[in-house]
Amino acid sequence: MRILEGEGVTKYFGGLAAVSDVDFHVDQGEVVGLIGPNGAGKTTLFNLISAALVPKPGVIRFKGEKITGLKPYKICRMGVARTFQSVKVFGNMPVLQNVLLGSLFGMSPGMSSADAAREATELLEFVGLSAVRATPAKDLTLANQKRLEVAGALATKPELLMLDELMAGLTPTEVAQGMELVTRIRDKGITIVMIEHVMKAIMSVCDRIIVLHHGEKIAEGTPKEITTSKTVIEVYLGE
Amino acid sequence: MPESIVTILDVAIGGLLLGGIYALIAMGLSLQYGVARVLNIAHGEFIMLGAFATFTLYTVVGINPLICLAIVGPIIFIIGFLLQRTLFTRLRISAPNPGAFEASSLLATFGLLFIIQNLVLLGWGADYRAYSYLNFGVDLGGAIFSANKLVILGFAIGIGLAFYLFLARTRMGKGIRAAAQDPATAGLMGVNINRVLAICFGLGASMAGLAGVLYSMRIPLNPAMGLQYTIIAIIVIVLGGLGSIPGAFLGGLILGIIGEIVTYIDPSLSLAAYYFIFMLLLLVRPKGIFGK
Amino acid sequence: MNITTFTSKKFWVPGLLLVILVALVTLPIYGSLYNVILATSILMYIILAVSWALFSGSTGYMSLATAAFFGVGIYASALLLPATGQVLPLLVVVVLGGLVSSIVALGVGALTLRLRGIYFAIFTFGLVVLILELLNWWEHTVIHIRGRFVMLVDNDVIFYVMLAIFILLMLTTYFIKRSKFGLALQSIGENEEAAAHRGINVTLVKVITFAISAFFMGAAGTVWATKLTYIDPYVAFNPLFSFMPVLMAIFGGMGLIYGPVIGAGIFAYLQETLQTEFPEVYMLIFGIVLVAAILYLPNGLVGLIPRLIRRWRKGGLKQQHADT
Repeated sequence: MRILEGEGVTKYFGGLAAVSDVDFHVDQGEVVGLIGPNGAGKTTLFNLISAALVPKPGVIRFKGEKITGLKPYKICRMGVARTFQSVKVFGNMPVLQNVLLGSLFGMSPGMSSADAAREATELLEFVGLSAVRATPAKDLTLANQKRLEVAGALATKPELLMLDELMAGLTPTEVAQGMELVTRIRDKGITIVMIEHVMKAIMSVCDRIIVLHHGEKIAEGTPKEITTSKTVIEVYLGE
Repeated sequence: MPESIVTILDVAIGGLLLGGIYALIAMGLSLQYGVARVLNIAHGEFIMLGAFATFTLYTVVGINPLICLAIVGPIIFIIGFLLQRTLFTRLRISAPNPGAFEASSLLATFGLLFIIQNLVLLGWGADYRAYSYLNFGVDLGGAIFSANKLVILGFAIGIGLAFYLFLARTRMGKGIRAAAQDPATAGLMGVNINRVLAICFGLGASMAGLAGVLYSMRIPLNPAMGLQYTIIAIIVIVLGGLGSIPGAFLGGLILGIIGEIVTYIDPSLSLAAYYFIFMLLLLVRPKGIFGK
Repeated sequence: MNITTFTSKKFWVPGLLLVILVALVTLPIYGSLYNVILATSILMYIILAVSWALFSGSTGYMSLATAAFFGVGIYASALLLPATGQVLPLLVVVVLGGLVSSIVALGVGALTLRLRGIYFAIFTFGLVVLILELLNWWEHTVIHIRGRFVMLVDNDVIFYVMLAIFILLMLTTYFIKRSKFGLALQSIGENEEAAAHRGINVTLVKVITFAISAFFMGAAGTVWATKLTYIDPYVAFNPLFSFMPVLMAIFGGMGLIYGPVIGAGIFAYLQETLQTEFPEVYMLIFGIVLVAAILYLPNGLVGLIPRLIRRWRKGGLKQQHADT
């Protein structure tokens, strides 16, 4: 089943097209990678899906329902969650509360406080943050903050999880841990779309890859097809 | 000349005059907010200072208000320059993020407002004062216009033009424009950012002061007069687009002309009219005419 | 039971609050008329500062509309409690004043809470002066009324109603902060975009909080009008009442609930005692203190307390080590 699809998705900033007439789809259970040089429009595309921005023109559908024009909180409650390139956590709140937010508000109807607390604790274990549950989020290491953001997103019980450069700024060990986390999330049945620059992560974990360049989709296929595609190699080597 | 034409001309000149004053004030504030990122609530107080300085210099010492321009301008420039160098630089350094700096500097300017206004209150008292200068009629093609109106209009245009040339032609002006666009890069390209910020703030304050000198020829003064001009300046820079100096100029002219027309219809409605336009603007097109 | 039971926070904080409450409630009995009137003023400023902090402190949107909501409340009294004859009971008018302010806040909030921070601040400030100018034009030019008079109310009654509003406000603030709603509110202040992406309807939360804070401002205004007795647009919609609560709350410190209470308490006391004598000097000093506070006390007075406690504790430890 197509869990997410977009037709003719476009977004202009002033005179510049950040995303231009992009058609895409994601099937349920897939792990899809979204790659492209800096400024290709990947994060903008995420923003258009999560409704941080509105596409003009273009349509985006989630599980067959049109989601363009809806507010971010609605889309979240429908089952779409995302993390941000700049790691958005609630700095002064303890780790547990960061996750609790998602459990309490991320679905409709929301959970009871007791259930939510239990869920949040389980999620902290899942991502490996149980030891720091009471620490204010701003005092965590970068890797842990990213884990926290993922846990917070998972707390909203998404069917689709969008990860924006999860591996950015991580050491090789941390990247391996990140990849392993992504696999475990996939094993839970959650569909994943991930923006990445760390090629190793993308190639090993993704079923399919979409390549953007200057806002346009220039290639799409399995990791093998993409690594051998002439167009893609040109785009990356030409930089 | 038929009376209706005279009236129209009078309103037009009045509108351009008011617009010119508004443009000066707004360009000053735009410099401060657009470059130094300080929304100076005390901006109107510099207008008031310019007006009171002129009043005192003229009535006590006998110095011609037009000469006062040359005295008051530089003094207020120095005050603004120093304020930026001391107070706002310190706030900028200690602020955790740009948003916090905007908030804390805004509140600091509230403090300045209280300080300046009450110093003047203590010195001059709360009564209205006025003086008369060039208050005679000038015959232009059969219609009589007040001389000081024409003089103010002329000087406002002159100052505006000088300012434009400064921004467009001089090295410092180019540095300012660069800093307004992208402070970080400008710094990397050798622009002394701290000096530019201080000059901008000083220039902004002195433009308010000069506007105060000019306008004091026509209106009664009192220490509390500043705030309404600050508000008008804010409306104008939103109308013109935050951070755009040509926008401030154009916005000032537009608002001045509208203001003069509304005053002609019913004087007590002019401030309400400004606000109404302002609210509408914020709801329909917050970025204004030239905003990014 | 050893000494630590009495010094533990759980015991002496409620204890202290109880003592203060009793002292306030019995004030008209042992205090002079001057004290009661002074206390009423101080309570009013505290209400404005705490209400303002409830919204602006939590969400990070600086609202300068306080004077507008306060003024609406004042006018509710002017219209419904005129000197010519009371239209409704006092308490009903107080609630009504609060409700009308809330409704105005709902409207303004729905329209403007999507604006960026600085625009919102400017817009809310404009609102005060717009209402002022429009009302002035309406009363002066259209219906030819110059000033309204509010009926006289006993000073003790005024004090008690203001006290009741204050207590209600503190209870509301306390319970909001501990509730789910309060958590959502806090997350919006921390990171609005992230909060929206966690399923929080940020606009709804902001608007509701704005309306709640406006309710108390309006209610306080209604009571204040009975103290002013003479009302006209300039008296009711005074921009000063937009600035002062902000300064008081920030000076007191916004990290904790009682920060604005302390800030407003100190400033209101100083204002009422000094302003009548030397208004310009008072305002001048106020301005200087304000600038100094922004420069040197970013966390307000309340931020000083942890620093002082730390210093005190350090001194105590030193003593212990010296003894061994």
